Amino acid sequence: MKKIPFLSLLASLFGAGFAFAGEPAAALSKTDSGDTSWLLISAALVMLMTPGLALFYGGMVRTKNVLGTIMQSFIALGVITLQWAFYGYSLAFGPDVGHVIGNLDWAGLRGVGLDPFPDYSATVPHQAFMIFQMMFAVITPALITGAFAERFKFKTYLVFLILWSTFVYDPIAHWVWGTGGWIRNLGGLDFAGGLVVHISSGVSALAAALVVGKRKGYGNGLMPPHNVTMTLLGAGILWFGWFGFNGGSAIASGSLATSAFVVTQFSAASGALSWMIVEWARRGNPTVLGAASGAIAGLATITPASGFVGPISAIVIGLVAGALCYYAINLKNKFGYDDSLDVVGVHGVGSTWGVLATGLFATKVVNSAGNNGLFFGNSSLLGIQALSVISVWVYSFVVTLILLKVLDRTMGLRVSEEHEITGLDTSQHGETGYSF
Amino acid sequence: MKKIEAVIKPFKLDEVKEALSKIGIKGMTISEVKGFGRQKGHTEVYRSAEYKIDFVAKVKIELITTDEIVPQVIETIERVAKTGKIGDGKIFVSPVEEVIRIRTGERGRDAI
Repeated sequence: MKKIPFLSLLASLFGAGFAFAGEPAAALSKTDSGDTSWLLISAALVMLMTPGLALFYGGMVRTKNVLGTIMQSFIALGVITLQWAFYGYSLAFGPDVGHVIGNLDWAGLRGVGLDPFPDYSATVPHQAFMIFQMMFAVITPALITGAFAERFKFKTYLVFLILWSTFVYDPIAHWVWGTGGWIRNLGGLDFAGGLVVHISSGVSALAAALVVGKRKGYGNGLMPPHNVTMTLLGAGILWFGWFGFNGGSAIASGSLATSAFVVTQFSAASGALSWMIVEWARRGNPTVLGAASGAIAGLATITPASGFVGPISAIVIGLVAGALCYYAINLKNKFGYDDSLDVVGVHGVGSTWGVLATGLFATKVVNSAGNNGLFFGNSSLLGIQALSVISVWVYSFVVTLILLKVLDRTMGLRVSEEHEITGLDTSQHGETGYSF
Repeated sequence: MKKIEAVIKPFKLDEVKEALSKIGIKGMTISEVKGFGRQKGHTEVYRSAEYKIDFVAKVKIELITTDEIVPQVIETIERVAKTGKIGDGKIFVSPVEEVIRIRTGERGRDAI
């Protein structure tokens, strides 16, 4: 008797997407090839950002931890892809339950077919939308790893990936982008993931840094980046991929995708310059790491605003982002937490500015489906943006804190002291990054 | 027989090697080392962290010579490796008990 439900589950799993194979041509003709190709390319661009992030982070840790760091990003591609397919997509974008989560109707991608799905993807196959969104779900938890770099147990990390995605990413994605989501209903604007990706991960990173604790020897100044060239390669790949991250969030090819693409570039460039200049003035050198960090700050900041603001607004947003995030990363010194790779300062603080900046600079001229911000005559949007920010901050922080405390008690979060000294590469993976 | 060790600035290596070759030195061993004396290190800044790098890259040359040639070797290295700025390095001379050529089994002066 147990076989039957299992077989029907299998059938529904394998049947997902083929339910509509026999549909008449009229339904299929709504698929726009331009929109679909841009979305698929964007999905591939965003996918590349995960190995890009791996290199960005990898170069900033010590030699003995380079593989462990890269692996934390890379393996998310494996774990979250399956989580997304099994139930993550359904929780995030499925039929609404109480405005806070989706149900499991689409578990196993049941009903997620190859026809357009008007709620999300009016002119592209539903699966294209699903796979595009998957890449966001993959990279977001990987961002958090920067906060606990060089000391987290791999086994526990795999479980953390699944739990965090289920209890933090999927609900927040639903609030902001899912039909029926409460932030979406309220009119909160987040074009490509300021709230969903950067604030959620940035704030969770703060919780993680506090629970996991500092690296052994932190404060003795013995852990400079081992390979800034690797970090720059990662930053370049991230910048490139971000065109898909923001441009693809138009879910269509055309003017809105163009606008998002353009403002992405402007904010990245402005962020790179302003961080470099501020650091030059304050510390005496225009560092390469600073320019790369500023670009990433500009990119994280423009993400929520990318489909709602114009190019000159984007320059302003980026210039502020570079300087703001440069100062924000010094918070950890003030408060004494070891956010090793500055996830809080760059993503958490940066994107908070970005979501609020959307409340200032949004204009219906760029996107008539958006709203006007304070500088364009509407004062109500800023309040909605602020409320969204606070909610995501509080929820991400509290739930991540609980998750990590539970995992610490059951599985342990940190590697042993001995393993932390010999390094993650050998202790967690039995490999060495470099054999010269 | 004497062992001469010279810690010098890395960019001086080629010049020193050429000069020693001209006075008949047929071989040497070099290693890349780090060190400091009166030459201070430098500071590097990565995001919010400052790192004082005390150690400076140097090259160490080790030679074994007969006693007679020692003054000439010292004078050559001193002359060629000098820049006049702090960090030029030092030369150390110590006695050597035995030298053996592995291929032939020669010992003493014949092995140098």
